[in-house]
Amino acid sequence: MLRFLARRTLGALVIILLISAITFFLFFALPSEPALMSCGKNCTADSLAVINKNLGLDQPVPVQYWHYMAGIFTGREFSAGHCPAPCFGYSFANQQPVWDTIVDRFPTTLSIALGGAVVFLVVGVGVGMLAAAFRGTWIDKLFSSLSLLGNALQIYFVGVLALAVLVSGLHWMDNPAYHPITEDPVKWFTGMLIPWLVLSVIFIAGYSRMTRSLMIEQLSEDHVRTARAKGLGRSAVFFRYAWRGALAPIVTIFGIDLGSLFSGAIITEFTFSLHGLGRLAVSSVTGTDLPMLMAVMLVGCTAIVLANIVVDAAYALIDPRVRLA
Amino acid sequence: MTAFLSVRDLSVRFATEDGVVRAVDGLSFDVERGRTLGIVGESGSGKSVTNLSVLGLHDPRTTEIEGRILLDGQDLTTAPESVLEKLRGNRMAMIFQDSLTALSPYYTVGRQIAEPFRKHTGASRREARLRAIEMLRKVGIPNPALRVDDYPHQFSGGMRQRAMIAMALVCDPELLIADEPTTALDVTVQAQILDLLKDLQQQTGSAIVLITHDLGVVAGTADDVLVMYAGRAVERGTAREVLRSPRHPYTWGLLGSMPRLTSPVDEPLTPIPGSPPSLLDPPPGCPFHPRCAYVDRVGGDRCRTERPEPPEGRGAACHLPDGAGRGRTR
Repeated sequence: MLRFLARRTLGALVIILLISAITFFLFFALPSEPALMSCGKNCTADSLAVINKNLGLDQPVPVQYWHYMAGIFTGREFSAGHCPAPCFGYSFANQQPVWDTIVDRFPTTLSIALGGAVVFLVVGVGVGMLAAAFRGTWIDKLFSSLSLLGNALQIYFVGVLALAVLVSGLHWMDNPAYHPITEDPVKWFTGMLIPWLVLSVIFIAGYSRMTRSLMIEQLSEDHVRTARAKGLGRSAVFFRYAWRGALAPIVTIFGIDLGSLFSGAIITEFTFSLHGLGRLAVSSVTGTDLPMLMAVMLVGCTAIVLANIVVDAAYALIDPRVRLA
Repeated sequence: MTAFLSVRDLSVRFATEDGVVRAVDGLSFDVERGRTLGIVGESGSGKSVTNLSVLGLHDPRTTEIEGRILLDGQDLTTAPESVLEKLRGNRMAMIFQDSLTALSPYYTVGRQIAEPFRKHTGASRREARLRAIEMLRKVGIPNPALRVDDYPHQFSGGMRQRAMIAMALVCDPELLIADEPTTALDVTVQAQILDLLKDLQQQTGSAIVLITHDLGVVAGTADDVLVMYAGRAVERGTAREVLRSPRHPYTWGLLGSMPRLTSPVDEPLTPIPGSPPSLLDPPPGCPFHPRCAYVDRVGGDRCRTERPEPPEGRGAACHLPDGAGRGRTR
């Protein structure tokens, strides 16, 4: 298990490094003139050169990349002063330290993504198991129809609908807002509830249908029949054997869905005007804000890669055949 | 006085998309404690279905069962699921064909063996584990105290089958149903497994139903034989009677299609012509008549129109006069 984790962590570092390099060099392949941003209205060639020098933009791109990456671990000296590690530089747009902005925004996106994942895993898998347990009855048919409906929906539609009905129409809830969980867990929960539900709708449909068919497949497996032949009761057979067998593929699919989970979280942010990484990513691209863009990319892909390692480790825990391989 | 396991006029029907399949049709047989009944037949002859319905493992939504299955006098066809749960794995147990798919890959062998023991005897985790180790030793797994914590994929095919036998026997069942227990194994392991079953039967005196398509297995293991064709019993008798002087043309065909040590190696085997009938629309009269070479020996059109009586005791479901086929096989 330790060797497995060590190997995966090394691989993850390589992936993150590659993505950072690609992002960095792609940025300079664009027709961008970042110094213009901070140059103001009366911009001359001289002042532009000074800004370029201050930002280190006069150096060759590979050297800039080296300084940038080294700064993350060792800190960096700027004309404005020392930037302690982890230093992602100063935003071209507002001259604020990038890391502070990231620290401010990341928890919002993380809250949306994690909470949404918990909701859709619990509800989606639960509904699928119920449908499989009551296969062919009205319960199964109701859930199947609902999941077909859910599959046809999109975040920006459900989001606006939820706002119109739950907030403006019935006044059951306040507008979604982010409050740090460390300050007020209850407010954090109520503020995030609508984004979670909206984000999970599209996933619930897929996960419930997948779980239903996996469970039905498992229930006809030989080892499930053996469990019945041993005299185990209905629920022991259902949960201990059939569900255990369905769990591994569910976790695998969840690992594949992590990317769409994050993009779903970003769309959800936009829908509810929450200030998270997604909004930051878009504004840093349109504003040619390289340090910000790099930081968003690095944090985002580190989160996804880490989550993937956790999923793989969970998979190894679930399936002993993977553990030893 | 009925036998320990007594199946009477059992019919099993499945609803499928193409119509109703009569998988088993009017089947009767008995098994006594300490004896082994071999049920022989081709794929789809209803052998496995019969025994799944004895344990009540059929799907009740699509399966209809008629007739009676008496275990020690208790009718299992009308017994509620809760009663069957207490019997399964406890007084009656089953060994399945493919031990790789029949054991769960997610739990250790020891846990899977201990599970029915804990469920039926209320033993503690520790007691059940010791029992699992004892059972593994009994079925000849070397180093059982270590192997008890292995997962099925760490066992070889023969060891897995032994583990499955250990699991089936953990509560000392009085009835053991073995569904092609050696089909997936190579011949030497096959012989070991069959010897093991015989040894264990001598210790516990349980009744064994051995389902197989291999007449060699029957000859070496079974006391009595039931030959099935298209969901019906076509011949019954002791193993000696059925193998030495078979009375049904289908049994002749089965025996005739086996390779013999005394005939030349390059002599082609004699298969039974044709293929088994569809159970959706079984042929009228005797189900074997389309493949039978002796239809014209029987007066009138009886084979095509009249269903032969199922055998009671020693006998065959055939219109041919007894002994008409004597000397047809070895």
